[in-house]
Amino acid sequence: MAFYVVQFLTGLASAASLFLVASGLSIIFGVTRIVNFAHGAFYMLGAYVAFTLTERYSGALGFWGGIVAAALAVAVIGVLVEMLLLRRIYHAPELFQLLATFGLTLMVEDLVVLIWGPDDLVGRRAPGFKGAIDFFGQNIPSYDLFLIALGPIVLGILWLLFQRTRWGILVRAATQDRDMVAALGVNQKWLFTSVFALGVFLAALGGALQIPRDAVNHAMDLRIIVEVFVVVVIGGLGSIIGAFVAAVLVSELNAFGILIFPKISIILVFLVMAVVLIVRPWGLFGKPEAPARRTPGLTVNPWRPLTTNERFAALAALLVAAALPVLNNPYLLTVGSEIAIFVIFAASLHFLMSVGGLASFGHAAYFGLGSYGVALLATKAGLPMIVCLVLGPIVGLLGAAVFGFFAVQLSGVYFAMLTLAFAQIVWSIAFQWVSVTGGDNGILSVWPANWAAGPAHFYWLSLGIAALAVVILRIIVFSPFGFALRATRDSPLRSEAIGINSKRIQWTAFVIAGTVAGVAGALFAYLKGSVFPDNMGISLSVDALVMVLLGGVETVSGAVIGAIVYKALNIWLVSQTDLSKLVLGGFVVLIVVAFPKGIVGTLEALLHRRRKSASSSASPLLASRIESAE
Amino acid sequence: MKLTVKDLNSFYGPAHILFDIALEVGEGEVVALLGRNGAGKSTTFRSIVGLVENRTGRIMFEGKDVSREATHAIVRGGLGYVPEERRIFTDLTVEENLEVGRQPKRAGAPQWDRDKLFKLFPNLGEMRNRPGGRMSGGEQQMLTIARTLMGNPSLVLLDEPSEGLSPKIVEQMVDAILAMKKEGVSIVVSEQNLHFARLISDRAYIIERGRICFGGTMAELDARPDIRDAHLSL
Repeated sequence: MAFYVVQFLTGLASAASLFLVASGLSIIFGVTRIVNFAHGAFYMLGAYVAFTLTERYSGALGFWGGIVAAALAVAVIGVLVEMLLLRRIYHAPELFQLLATFGLTLMVEDLVVLIWGPDDLVGRRAPGFKGAIDFFGQNIPSYDLFLIALGPIVLGILWLLFQRTRWGILVRAATQDRDMVAALGVNQKWLFTSVFALGVFLAALGGALQIPRDAVNHAMDLRIIVEVFVVVVIGGLGSIIGAFVAAVLVSELNAFGILIFPKISIILVFLVMAVVLIVRPWGLFGKPEAPARRTPGLTVNPWRPLTTNERFAALAALLVAAALPVLNNPYLLTVGSEIAIFVIFAASLHFLMSVGGLASFGHAAYFGLGSYGVALLATKAGLPMIVCLVLGPIVGLLGAAVFGFFAVQLSGVYFAMLTLAFAQIVWSIAFQWVSVTGGDNGILSVWPANWAAGPAHFYWLSLGIAALAVVILRIIVFSPFGFALRATRDSPLRSEAIGINSKRIQWTAFVIAGTVAGVAGALFAYLKGSVFPDNMGISLSVDALVMVLLGGVETVSGAVIGAIVYKALNIWLVSQTDLSKLVLGGFVVLIVVAFPKGIVGTLEALLHRRRKSASSSASPLLASRIESAE
Repeated sequence: MKLTVKDLNSFYGPAHILFDIALEVGEGEVVALLGRNGAGKSTTFRSIVGLVENRTGRIMFEGKDVSREATHAIVRGGLGYVPEERRIFTDLTVEENLEVGRQPKRAGAPQWDRDKLFKLFPNLGEMRNRPGGRMSGGEQQMLTIARTLMGNPSLVLLDEPSEGLSPKIVEQMVDAILAMKKEGVSIVVSEQNLHFARLISDRAYIIERGRICFGGTMAELDARPDIRDAHLSL
């Protein structure tokens, strides 16, 4: 019995940091409508800076002062980020905000390794809380008791701040209607900056307080951000009480889940989250969001199928690509195969994002499921390659069917957070379930059959499947299903009103995208001859997002170009520098801020402008016909 | 002149909404902006306070060009705005809603505080701690006006204050607007309801398809039934 009480208290102590970080995320989202992916990075920075400060200054004052000073210092960094980056993208679609803060996270990961080195750092114990208290023969660290008390205290302070101060009232008002607050004479800019500073302060404090409990390392940002997303999805974005209750719930589930499913304890959290989403899609304490309206005029050029000439051009490009083996360079062919595989993967995400309007931040899960499906079928069941290539993607399909069912209940940022959390769950299973997946060591010796083993043959196979996948996805875009999907994307309410079952349409799109991603993953397993948990990692999901963005979100098949350019650059970059995350992150931020239409989108806009100036008489008509809107 | 708008053109995306709008409001005057649904009344107000970013033209408020200023700066300068559809903060109580609108006292503008506003709108005084979401439409409309007055404006843009209100509440609204005028607040009120406008206004403009097509005193408007019938749905 005493053991369970101690386990419960350990859970409560873990909940404190989780609550601090989650409440910060919630507060920032409430006012700025930005889901700050970089929140985990600020948490991590808080821990690193606190480590340095508490090592440098001794004594109780050095320790506690160091913790608070670290949180304040990181809050200042947060203010700079808000003023220099976020202020430029408050009016951008939410996908861009998510990506920009994600890019920031990648940069911070490499920066902390540069500054503090790659090894785990063990911080010093908290003065006054070094011992443990005996509880019927079980030890409870006294620092845990401190954290258990801290959670409710912070909750109380935040409550007073939001209920009793003018600043808090303004923040609550802005959470509901930002423009109206400005129309009453409040300078939103500084309100946003101060809210962001508070949120980042809470995240960094959460990180700093972890140093007596856990080693500081450069992967802690992603671990916490996934948990935080789960917490805010369960508790409801924007609700501080919700963040508190859900943080306790998730921490206890983790604490006791270890006892029930030692290998895959995260399953338990997932099950609870699934139940909450079915019962209350907006979380336990959240409020249902009005369906997001897309900014009118975002897609000014309507999509159209390729003209005959463009089809010939595409075919010619394919033929040129197919002639690559004449160069007789096996390395180039392997790179070519990889690029073709990523064209498939990017096209599948592009389909979900651009056509379906659903920005998945965990698309790698289905790529990885396809890989693992093939690897398990080939090595454990010994099935031939053709059979594996057909059955492997089915695993992606099944995964997408299960996760997609829950994910499409949500939209926008909730959708993004949930897909990311799902991908992390799949990743953890691959990582932790060593007896089946081989864990970190992966599954080796997945080699293609003889007929596909030669680099040229495998290249042709990848290229052919890539071309087929892109063509099929394009056909779907211009099919009745594609029209229904686009209608759902542009206005869920109106499409429901004309009899479209939008959830089912979106679910179908999710399954299609997941299956195609599974095809890419299946090929990838054969290309590499092995699979690892990284095949479904976050960085792969981000890669796919960047490919789509680089090609152009508002285009029909921009992802093809995006994948080719990005993958080629990436392969070259990784061979040139160790700081690929820093460069990649900076690149993401740069595209979002300076180049949001992507390569194909920009080209299309240029072409459109040229065509428009050629037939300029048409445009004033358009303007005058819709003048009387209010 | 308190407020002078010249050559105001506004756009939503590629759509041109307002065409060369010109308006003048004198010190202490109540001016009606009349027009049908979709004529451009709300867009005119939103453009004046800078909520429509894509606009050109000059907006002179108390002799100063404010057309380049941010919304919050324009409002802080004493130009209050009461939006249509009563955008009150539903999660906040009556008193908290008023607190959001509170601004420092301004020389030369009528001063308002909570107690004075509760005298002007007695209903609100009886529900100080009620969340805005649990008030009737009329009470919410009173609260939006009171909230804007907390900023001590010298001129208020009132967007369709009588919309959707019962006749009894409309009467109270007329009294409140006349009381505001008596305190010295200049008012521009947009209306579809000519009868309501006549009760409170000194002068009127008519806007139709984004263009001002009439400007004059109420008496001049009454002398031109053709204009009235052509541009106002009665």
